[in-house]
Amino acid sequence: MPKHSYNPQAAVRAYLTVFSCLMGFTALTVAAAFVDLGPMNNVVAMAIAVTKAVLVAMIFMHLRGGSPLNVLWISSGIFGFMIMLAFPLLDLLSRNILGIPGK
Amino acid sequence: MQTSERKKPNYLNAEHTVASWLLTVDHKRIAILYLVSITLMFFIGGLMAGAIRTELLTPAGDLMSSDTYDKAFTLHGIVMVFFFLIPSIPATLGNFLVPLMIGAKDLAFPRLNLLSWYVYIVGATIGIVATVTGGLDTGWTLYTPYSTAYATTNVVLPAIGIFITGFSSILTGLNFIVTIHKMRAPGLTWFRLPLFIWAHYATSIVMVLATPVIAITVLMVVLDRGFGLGIFDPKAGGDPVLFQHLFWFYSHPAVYIMILPAMGVISEVIPCFSKKRIFGYNFIAASSLSIAVIGFFVWGHHLFTTPQSMYAAMAFSIISFAVAVPSAVKTFNWAATMYKGSITFEAPMIYAFGFMGLFLVGGLTGLFLGALGLDLHVHDTYFVVAHFHYIMVGGAIMAYMAGLHFWWPKITGKMYPEGPAKAAALIIFVGFNLTFFPQFLAGYAGMPRRYHYYPPEFQIFNVLSTAGASILGFGYLLPLCYLLWSLRHGREAGPNPWGATGLEWMIDSPPPPHNFDTTPVVNWEPYDYPAAHRDAAKDAVPEAASV
Ligand code: HEM
Ligand SMILES: [Cu+2]
Repeated sequence: MPKHSYNPQAAVRAYLTVFSCLMGFTALTVAAAFVDLGPMNNVVAMAIAVTKAVLVAMIFMHLRGGSPLNVLWISSGIFGFMIMLAFPLLDLLSRNILGIPGK
Repeated sequence: MQTSERKKPNYLNAEHTVASWLLTVDHKRIAILYLVSITLMFFIGGLMAGAIRTELLTPAGDLMSSDTYDKAFTLHGIVMVFFFLIPSIPATLGNFLVPLMIGAKDLAFPRLNLLSWYVYIVGATIGIVATVTGGLDTGWTLYTPYSTAYATTNVVLPAIGIFITGFSSILTGLNFIVTIHKMRAPGLTWFRLPLFIWAHYATSIVMVLATPVIAITVLMVVLDRGFGLGIFDPKAGGDPVLFQHLFWFYSHPAVYIMILPAMGVISEVIPCFSKKRIFGYNFIAASSLSIAVIGFFVWGHHLFTTPQSMYAAMAFSIISFAVAVPSAVKTFNWAATMYKGSITFEAPMIYAFGFMGLFLVGGLTGLFLGALGLDLHVHDTYFVVAHFHYIMVGGAIMAYMAGLHFWWPKITGKMYPEGPAKAAALIIFVGFNLTFFPQFLAGYAGMPRRYHYYPPEFQIFNVLSTAGASILGFGYLLPLCYLLWSLRHGREAGPNPWGATGLEWMIDSPPPPHNFDTTPVVNWEPYDYPAAHRDAAKDAVPEAASV
């Protein structure tokens, strides 16, 4: 992060803010677990989890303000992970779709 | 040695204690540590190959029991793939050359580099110990449900060995990526990098993105087996085919971990011994990256005979055909590089020729296997065994030998003896083909892999193959002898015995401990053959090379 001069106070403040946000979201996760939203259960839980992950990546892992190259690398990791989920799902979901064994 | 002692110290003689080797953070010494360890692994794996081929000499299973045979081919596969071929070129030649080729004093994280070697040693030792204490009989592929539910052998320990070794390859990949991004000499733009560097960059991407998956997959096997977690067990809602998806999600890209660095070596050797600029530099560089990327999308071609849906299989089949294109791009470009070049036939070039022919056969038979219908016939036969040996032994190991001979003068300061080296290259080529070509025929005729007895009509192929294997084994012993001999008796190499381009040839052989006394400044294009006279940094200018 050569472009940003390092300011310890601001950094600590940012960390503490993010930390309390994460704690808040954790509480939210627990709260959401007590409410039955039907099919939305997973969606809500995942949405909270993704938000937390993005916060961690942006602030704690310094993606924000860091070199775009780091963003590229993290994205390629996520992209790889997506491939790993997508193709086995493609397999699983398209098995026997014609109702004829093996087709 | 006298001459080098008169001159500045080099990385070999700067320090002498055992600790100076075992605690070194010099990338060149770490490369040597790897070189010694993988050579040992190669001979352990080779011993098993010898056992397999001897058993298969006769149709009856007379030399060993089925169980012992299963353990022999499993040990062979695991040692050769995980402990030899994956680290082979990157961890030895790559470790040695990446900093030299980009004008850096070391890799970005020298301690991490040393750690990767220790991690490798721990993983490999566990793997070997596991086989001594009972062995493993699942094949290197560890397929479920056999590995999780039925195998009575020692699955857990080798799995842990593979798990640990994986981290050493992640560390190497990480180190290369950061080094190539951050530590290039001034003027050394991306499109002035040697193609060896591009190949290692692409390889590193695969190492970093794919290896965690195999680590976690073998861990899941251990959990399933040890604690009945049921991830791969249909009774618990799991799916054994999921294992194959995960295993090949790593292991197909892993075959590119083995072949991409090999292609990098060939891209250096061919222009040097053709005395011609490489043809289609940008395309070769880009094809390395596209192989790395497309290579992530084809793994399902290993699952054509499972209950994988036929639509997924069709997608995987089409993409498998696509991945052959960038490999072909490279092959055509190498051929075009040689066209009208002034070709000389030193040993590295003979190996490079061997690589091109054998890789071609391996790659094209890959397309046979990638064709849905044909694969149903030849899946799990010796046809597959021949296919991947053409690529991994005929391709990757040939290139490894080419690179080892090409850079041996740089690594040791000594020339290897050319006559024996040429003879060995030819013996290896002949032995290789005699070993593996008959396996295509046997497989096409229906001989399944992984059995220690077979119907007598296949014996002719197996006798040929075993005969070839003994020639091949002899061929591999020769370099072991004359390369060691050359350490003491070899001719002094001088900085640039081949008249090659590239920063590594502009410093002394063996290189000084910190590679470059002053940081070189690069103001020329790569591979500007013929000739190799230029100013890197004023005092890094070599004497004009004599070939
Ligand atoms: C030109 C691109 C390639 C294609 C289209 C291709 C295709 C295939 C296919 C379809 C199979 C499965 C055959 C079966 O089990 O029925 C296979 C097996 C295999 N291939 Fe390739 N291949 C290619 C390149 C490579 C390369 C570059 C390597 C290694 C460096 C390699 C190593 C292997 C290995 C190790 C296996 C067998 C694994 C096992 O079952 O034990 N292939 N290949
Ligand atoms: Cu594959």
